[in-house]
Amino acid sequence: MSDNLVLEAKSVSKFFGTITALQNVDLHLKKGEVLGVVGDNGAGKSTLMKVLSGLYKPSEGSLFFDKEKVTLNSPRDSQNLGLEMVYQDLALAGNLPIGDNIFLGREPTRKVGPFNFLDHKKRKQLTEEHLAKLKINVKSADQKVEELSGGQRQAVAIARATAFNAKIVLMDEPTAALAVKEVGKVLDLILNLKKLGVSVIVISHRMDDIFTVCDRVMALFQGTNFAESELKNTSRDEVIGWIMGKKD
Amino acid sequence: MDHGEKRLMDKNQETLFVRLIPFFERYGILLLILIMIAVLHLLQPDVFLSWRNVTNIFKQVSWQSMLALGVFMVIVTAGIDLSVGSIIMLSLMGLAIASKAGMPWYVVMLVAPAIGFLCGMFNGIGITLLRMPHPFIMTLGTLYIFRGIGNLISGGVPITGFAEQIRVIGNGKIKLDAFFGEGAREYIPTSLILMIVIFFIFWIFLNHTRIGKWIYAIGGNPGAARAAGINVDRILIVVYTLCGFLAGIGGLILAGRTNSAYPNAGLQSELDAIAAVIIGGASFFGGRGTVLGVFAGVMIMGILRNGLNLMNVSVFWQQVLIGSIIILAVYIDVLRRQLATRT
Repeated sequence: MSDNLVLEAKSVSKFFGTITALQNVDLHLKKGEVLGVVGDNGAGKSTLMKVLSGLYKPSEGSLFFDKEKVTLNSPRDSQNLGLEMVYQDLALAGNLPIGDNIFLGREPTRKVGPFNFLDHKKRKQLTEEHLAKLKINVKSADQKVEELSGGQRQAVAIARATAFNAKIVLMDEPTAALAVKEVGKVLDLILNLKKLGVSVIVISHRMDDIFTVCDRVMALFQGTNFAESELKNTSRDEVIGWIMGKKD
Repeated sequence: MDHGEKRLMDKNQETLFVRLIPFFERYGILLLILIMIAVLHLLQPDVFLSWRNVTNIFKQVSWQSMLALGVFMVIVTAGIDLSVGSIIMLSLMGLAIASKAGMPWYVVMLVAPAIGFLCGMFNGIGITLLRMPHPFIMTLGTLYIFRGIGNLISGGVPITGFAEQIRVIGNGKIKLDAFFGEGAREYIPTSLILMIVIFFIFWIFLNHTRIGKWIYAIGGNPGAARAAGINVDRILIVVYTLCGFLAGIGGLILAGRTNSAYPNAGLQSELDAIAAVIIGGASFFGGRGTVLGVFAGVMIMGILRNGLNLMNVSVFWQQVLIGSIIILAVYIDVLRRQLATRT
């Protein structure tokens, strides 16, 4: 395999009591690659994402970041390695402005005597630079998130995930809750991340999403690797078949 | 004018109106205070704006404003603290007992805020560690507990007579002879200065520190705060502790003002505090509100009570009026939000 692997999972299994959620699952992700993960409900997609982000510890198997074997004890560990998760429920505070949300918990501060005060100017400047880099259009960085549309909120959530030079971004159904006209903007944003050299894993039920942004698609079925292909070598009908457990 | 032109004009007027909304949101409440002052001045031209009456209002609201400020922070986190009226009484009783026991004044002075601090911390720890389903329940419990303890330690009787240094805090006068000539009657109450300083400190805390930002974030979406790595329970304990601490300061001011500790001190003042916070524009569902709004809410309550007293309106009518104003203030907020979402 090529040299620029940023993330690899080797024969990962996850058991919850007698239930097998994942069985010997392999996954790899290259720099700047967008990988689509598909599968029916209960196929193990979310469990796999939680293992990759450190929320679950794998029962068996191992994870490699930049080809180095790692043990993740919490999402903090994966964040420190440059992996960020965009949550399905967005995890934004609607009463706060965009900039405050992007930097929540990691606010830039300046020291005045013994005290640390928020550096409002710097936060605003960093927010504007980051939004410009991702080509996200909003009226102002001071706009409250509750005033934004669903697509803009998703964009802010993605901006939040990538504000600290994330190398890998995991997205769980990034377009599920969006109006049709906003889906395109979020997909453009994913392609933008790719251009910036960020690797992305997208879980989605929507074939349109998969076939617009992904380089490669892998299907899970009942907790195992079922099929995988470069996008150019497959078709929508074939991928839909994989989801239902059918292979020619 | 043709139809299209007319519609364009309507649209322009609407945008002007919409542009005014944030202005009213920010300054509307100050406008309301100015109107109240103007009306009361017209009704009571000799008395209402006299130096004596104005300082009286400030002295009255100074201890109540401490409760309101603490309850405000709690409400920003989408919580509630019903126990502040009892904390003020317990800290007042503790102060009186320390004073009666002959402790030096600087120790006596620390007793009230310290008791408030501990009571608030007890609330915060109970809400987070005991996983109470809602702060209402924990603080309803401590509303009874703290007042009960206050009566237990004092025997349920008033204790009067404090050192001069304590009295200065609630009743002290900063003479303005330099401005008004030797022996002038004009003065600034010490408690007003204290109130302004404390409000300023908490304004800085809530708007210019990370913990202040996190308090708003928790009120907006506790899940988002947790996902951002914020220790929500720890911040909540800090908030309830500070609320208790402010109630303790309120107890200290009240001690100076009345020169006595009495079993009914602060009775129902938690409800006045909540009313002031709501009138001041904070959202009961958390995440919204400003320190300046709290100050305005406290002043509206104080000016209203004072004005109605000056005009010999019965206490019963005062209750009816204050209740009506709470409902009206929130209803205006509901209307404003409807307008804001429609455009």
